[in-house]
Amino acid sequence: MQSFGISLDGTKNGETFAPAKDQFQEELVIRPLHSGDIYASFQFRTLWDTDFLQEGQKKVSHYRLFPKSLGQVLSKFSVQELHISFTQGFWRTMQWGQPFIPSPPGAELWVWFHDTVSDVDGNWKELTNVLSGIFCASLNFIDMTNTVQPSASFKPLGLGNATDHRFLRYATLPREIVCTENLTPWKKLLPCGSKAGLAVLMKSEKLFHSSFHSQAVHIRPICQDEQCTSKAWELRQTLNVVFDHYTSGQGKKEWSLFKMFSRTLTEACPLASSSKVYVDITDNPELSPATPLLSQAVVLGDRRTYSVYDLTRAETFGQLRSFNLLLRWKGDNMLRPLLHAERYVAGFGLQTGEIHTVIYNNHPYRAFPVLLMDSVPWYLQLYIHTLTVTSKSRDNKPSYIHYQPAKDRHRPHLLEMLIQLPPHSMTEVTVQFERALLKWTEYTPDPNHGFYVGSSVVSALVPSMVAMSTNFTQDQPLFSSFVPVKEESSYFVRVYTEPLLVNLPTPDFSMPYNVICLTCTVVAVGYGSFYNLLTRTFQVDEPSPPLAKRLANFIRRIRGVPLLA
Amino acid sequence: MAFSLDTNCGLLNHNIIGPIYCTSTIFPPDILITQFWFNYRHVANTLSVYRSVKRLGIPDSHIVLMLADDMACNYRNPKPATVFSHKNMEFNVYGDDVEVDYRGYEVTVENFLTPRSKRLLSDDRSNILIYLTGQTGNSHGGNGFLKFQDSEEISNMELADAFEQMWQKRRYNELLFIIDTCQGASMYERFYSPNLMALASSQVGEDSLSHQPDLAIGVHLMDKYTFYLLEFLEEVHPASQANMNDLVSVCAHRVSVSPGHHTDLFQRNPGSVLITDFFGSVRKVEITKDTINLTSSVKSGSGDMQIESLTYVDQLPVAEIIHQKPKQKDWHPPDGFILGLWTLILLVFFQTYGIKHLKHIF
Repeated sequence: MQSFGISLDGTKNGETFAPAKDQFQEELVIRPLHSGDIYASFQFRTLWDTDFLQEGQKKVSHYRLFPKSLGQVLSKFSVQELHISFTQGFWRTMQWGQPFIPSPPGAELWVWFHDTVSDVDGNWKELTNVLSGIFCASLNFIDMTNTVQPSASFKPLGLGNATDHRFLRYATLPREIVCTENLTPWKKLLPCGSKAGLAVLMKSEKLFHSSFHSQAVHIRPICQDEQCTSKAWELRQTLNVVFDHYTSGQGKKEWSLFKMFSRTLTEACPLASSSKVYVDITDNPELSPATPLLSQAVVLGDRRTYSVYDLTRAETFGQLRSFNLLLRWKGDNMLRPLLHAERYVAGFGLQTGEIHTVIYNNHPYRAFPVLLMDSVPWYLQLYIHTLTVTSKSRDNKPSYIHYQPAKDRHRPHLLEMLIQLPPHSMTEVTVQFERALLKWTEYTPDPNHGFYVGSSVVSALVPSMVAMSTNFTQDQPLFSSFVPVKEESSYFVRVYTEPLLVNLPTPDFSMPYNVICLTCTVVAVGYGSFYNLLTRTFQVDEPSPPLAKRLANFIRRIRGVPLLA
Repeated sequence: MAFSLDTNCGLLNHNIIGPIYCTSTIFPPDILITQFWFNYRHVANTLSVYRSVKRLGIPDSHIVLMLADDMACNYRNPKPATVFSHKNMEFNVYGDDVEVDYRGYEVTVENFLTPRSKRLLSDDRSNILIYLTGQTGNSHGGNGFLKFQDSEEISNMELADAFEQMWQKRRYNELLFIIDTCQGASMYERFYSPNLMALASSQVGEDSLSHQPDLAIGVHLMDKYTFYLLEFLEEVHPASQANMNDLVSVCAHRVSVSPGHHTDLFQRNPGSVLITDFFGSVRKVEITKDTINLTSSVKSGSGDMQIESLTYVDQLPVAEIIHQKPKQKDWHPPDGFILGLWTLILLVFFQTYGIKHLKHIF
């Protein structure tokens, strides 16, 4: 393929372009986990001061850092907020703590539409199809049978005043596979692609050889500055990965960038206004190359110290023009996560079962409320009259319940409850269900694998040990500024449980063939014999005479003499 | 100096510099339709052909790749995000920039014959290459059909009809159909549209063989026919003059079962058809010397700025949630309505037909 360059003449009558109003920041946070694994979180943020949704003005046509495919999606479908994530693996909260940005296994998509949209369902359907093409994923399987409209969870993470939940849609695909073909278009959305900056580290052979891999795109309007007088659009692309070299026995508690990613960094992205690497050194690991830059941040209710490497400065790369970080870690104490949830199916047989969701509150003396949202497909018929919520073996009545029953083949169950968790306790939510028998064309090609039920979502405001700062500053590192902080004493967290895999009663798919064969045989043999018996007539048939006699008869006929018998 | 790029001959009608050499656009769908980990070699087959076709110049927008199961990120794969086609793990055909258009449950007969999204926008000047691999009417009996996902099938008649429809709608100029399965020749027996050439890895009654097992991955990596096909394609480059007869004869000698080919419907002599007509693509670049002036971007109006400060929404407003008004419920008839209705019906009945029937009820 030939390569070619394009040079454009941008001036017209002496006018010059307005100064660019978009900026791009990238950062990588590396955090050693107490189990010996290492957690790397990439965040790429593009901030753009423009308005996709404003009418009466010419449509946005010049895109610089913001990807055009997403910009067109936002303006065409009047999207106010879009959050999509693709995850492979399950985040183990008890061993790894809380992630910076949580995500459930499989694919998850939730969207807030602008309040000028008249047909939200139509827009949602088209949006899922377009996104499925952009990300090479099977998001077109999202339809009304797995979409819900939460009534209290998933409030907008960006700016907004009216929160009418009619404009919110949420869907998960727990079975969705994440592989290189999803990573490739995700990387193409970055301004520098995978050619410069932190994205050169993203090689699929290493990223997918991990315990947990999650890539997400979050788009929302945020405050442009501290006074918050105008809006700007923020696009965040995050990639969280947990490498398990230590637990899988491949090494000691010692890592380097090269060992994790098989690459080193050589330069920052030229289009980035800031490009930083943060390493969590709260537990005092050995770090080389050493750096004098330190920063403290309060994230997830905990004050942690980070070493900062600024990639926009040439001296970070040293003599060899390559930046490779080495980390040797000892020590293994971890702050126990305050909120943790699990879910499992109990019961036996293929007719009934019970879903148990267990939520743990590990805070020694504070109680706090959590909002539990469950979306169960229609083929598990829930019996809500058997719903029980118990904490410390006593009944715990939720202060808010919203239940929308399922409609067969039309809509899933939606159950949302606001539960107050007593301190240092375990709360169990149980509900019984019955498994439905599907029509035989509705089974997947491999029905004996089972059917997936999406993760439950537990949203909570957890009391924080350390005061959080509510000021919004531009220099805040990206990983601590994702969720807007409204009050100092608590932080918002979302915990996803495991998805469930249930077996539905599966018919024997060879039976239609067997039945057809048997019926046709019986009908053919029975009817055929009967018909013959009724309509067959018998006639006497003379055998044909031998040749000599025929010849003799022929001669006699000529002679006119009577024929032989 | 500015450049402009033309990839479709139909649009080439002005500003041409140099000789007019119209190579038509080429659209190859690569299709793999079997599930399960032991069919790893089918994925490797398809991806190898995909790689060759991309190497010879066809862009992703002109390729439809359908893989029915995920091998690269399958939990059984000892090296995730990789698919190897040669022993000793030499070459990762999955690579870093693969784009799979249909995967998993999306690979169905319906999506193959009439894709609703991600379709090929071919026209009557396009050459199409179709490569299918999987399992057909196999050693368990029957031929003339191809299995999709172990639960559906497509028969050779349906395939022939589909190509005829494409011909009627002028959706292709020439079509090359390659199939690597057992009894592959049975799939092209029924073709009747013109300008079709078909190659199969085995005749009716014969099985296609797999080529190399790999001890680390634990399954066979590739099929014999595709292996030799690819060996041949490795030597083809975008300007190569190799033709179809070379392709057919190369595969005939080296494999132990006899591959078949069907060239009767093809109007040109196979010896005059270049391999690159189907497997590669040359893009035509036009060079002009005009400058293009761009207008400056629209400046956003400073007129209606919101003066009051905006706020973020509270993520878990407990008080608000507890006092939330319940949503409008569907209207139900008042309680006892059905009971009252039936009483009324019974009363009317007994009124009309007389009270004597009542003793039969009670």
